[in-house]
Amino acid sequence: MTMQKISMALAALVLSSGSAFAADHCAAGKTISDGVLTIATGNPAYYPWVMDDAPESGAGFEAAVAYAVAGAMGFAKEDVVWARAGFDESIQPGAKNFDFNMQQFSITEAREAVIDFSDPYYSASMAVLVRQSTVDAGATATLASLKGLKWGAVASTTALPVVTEIIVPSASPLLYDDNTNVVEAMKAGQIDAALFDLPTALYLSAVVLDDGALLGQFPADSTESPDQFGMLMEDGSALRACVNEALGEITSNGTLAAIEAEWLQETTGVPVIK
Amino acid sequence: MTRRQKYEADLRRRAGIKAGLSTAAVLLAIAILVPMAPGWPAVKKSFFNAEIFLKTFPGLLEAFVLDVAIFLWSVPLIAALGLGLALMRDAQSPGLMPLRLAAIGFIDVFRGVPVILVIFLIGFGIPGLGLPRPYNSPYIWGTVALVLTYSAYVAEIFRSGIESVHTSQRSAATSLGLSHGDVMRYVVLPQAIRRVVPANMNMLIALQKDVALLSFIGPVEILRQAGVYKSLMANFTPYVGAALIFLAVTIPATRFADYLLNRQRRARS
Repeated sequence: MTMQKISMALAALVLSSGSAFAADHCAAGKTISDGVLTIATGNPAYYPWVMDDAPESGAGFEAAVAYAVAGAMGFAKEDVVWARAGFDESIQPGAKNFDFNMQQFSITEAREAVIDFSDPYYSASMAVLVRQSTVDAGATATLASLKGLKWGAVASTTALPVVTEIIVPSASPLLYDDNTNVVEAMKAGQIDAALFDLPTALYLSAVVLDDGALLGQFPADSTESPDQFGMLMEDGSALRACVNEALGEITSNGTLAAIEAEWLQETTGVPVIK
Repeated sequence: MTRRQKYEADLRRRAGIKAGLSTAAVLLAIAILVPMAPGWPAVKKSFFNAEIFLKTFPGLLEAFVLDVAIFLWSVPLIAALGLGLALMRDAQSPGLMPLRLAAIGFIDVFRGVPVILVIFLIGFGIPGLGLPRPYNSPYIWGTVALVLTYSAYVAEIFRSGIESVHTSQRSAATSLGLSHGDVMRYVVLPQAIRRVVPANMNMLIALQKDVALLSFIGPVEILRQAGVYKSLMANFTPYVGAALIFLAVTIPATRFADYLLNRQRRARS
């Protein structure tokens, strides 16, 4: 319901501005193809970030944020084009096939040396995904208990530094390419626990694993460098200021919070790790 | 020195100069032209970043130890299973037909399926049946996947070696009173195995690289470690470091295989 309201508000915004794309807007002439905003997402894009791998629908947290930002930048819904680009394609030198890329990219200092990030649009908690059998065996949401588990993580995520630097497990973690493989290893009993951002962990425990459970979470602001998602852009992107302006706008008028409430509202109620 | 020798030495000298000049020209062209490309500074920063290289190289070397270990424990298993399969396929007695068929089926399947698929299937599938720890370890089942695939290739190499020993030798040995097993053991195999050493060297080099595929099911070996560095630093330089470490092993191994091949060719001619 809220989603419909948002899209209606967006449509109203776009209509009221008269011509869909004002020539003096900050994005003019800075996108890879004129008058069109190209946004990249993952292949496939996962729930709850993008529903049913169909970002065009605007359903899912990131898809909704993308359209809200595009609207604030002065692009009509039909002027938004979607592309697919993985992490490697996004950090490789050279021309990009997108204006910005949204797929839960965590902002880090080292990454920022090579690419540009927008201001954060979401601060993610990290959650511990386990199977019910691990909980039954006595695992609890304390660091001491977590140390004794066999850990897994997706190799390309910032979950790994949290495992190796904050949890510091006694056995070295196993690493995988994507969420599916981590879940597969968990089903095979090769790992006890895995660390994901909270919305992803909720989805995996509720839908993908038959006996999934969330043992606990590291709140977004508990670590010294909180995990914040930013839109990835080419290094020195001319569009960055414009995107940040749009993000600022949807943050201050409450649109971003409404989208978050719409798609990521279940994230409370998971115990905090002590 | 005769006039002819002098003339030939002169030819060789001129050929050497030409080869040197053309090689130098190509290298010079690469060294001058590539940095002139508009994207070179960005490529250099992403792939040949000295600072990141120095920071990640020790970690990569450490991870490479795991590659070497998997390689070392796989090789004897592959050799044994490969030879066993080759012998099964060579079984002559009509009563042993099921054995022959089993070997043919095994080789067909494991040579025909991509290694990575076998690794996923065995590495996740068999432990998924409910094996307790530590018997569900990805190290064990990943190794099993590698051994099954590679032994299928190696079996075919051994078979070609066995078939390269002329049947007259088997007949001669049989007529001397050797049993079938003894013919294989004392007459055929010593020649067969020696003949296929260079071909098997190639398999070893291929295996040494494919060990990295085990990273798909969890183990953090050099390729995965490089991938982790890549994600954290948004830079491809660690992959270049990993490639250099692989080359440091595979190039000497390749030269050694070439040397064995040459020696064999000289011995035959």
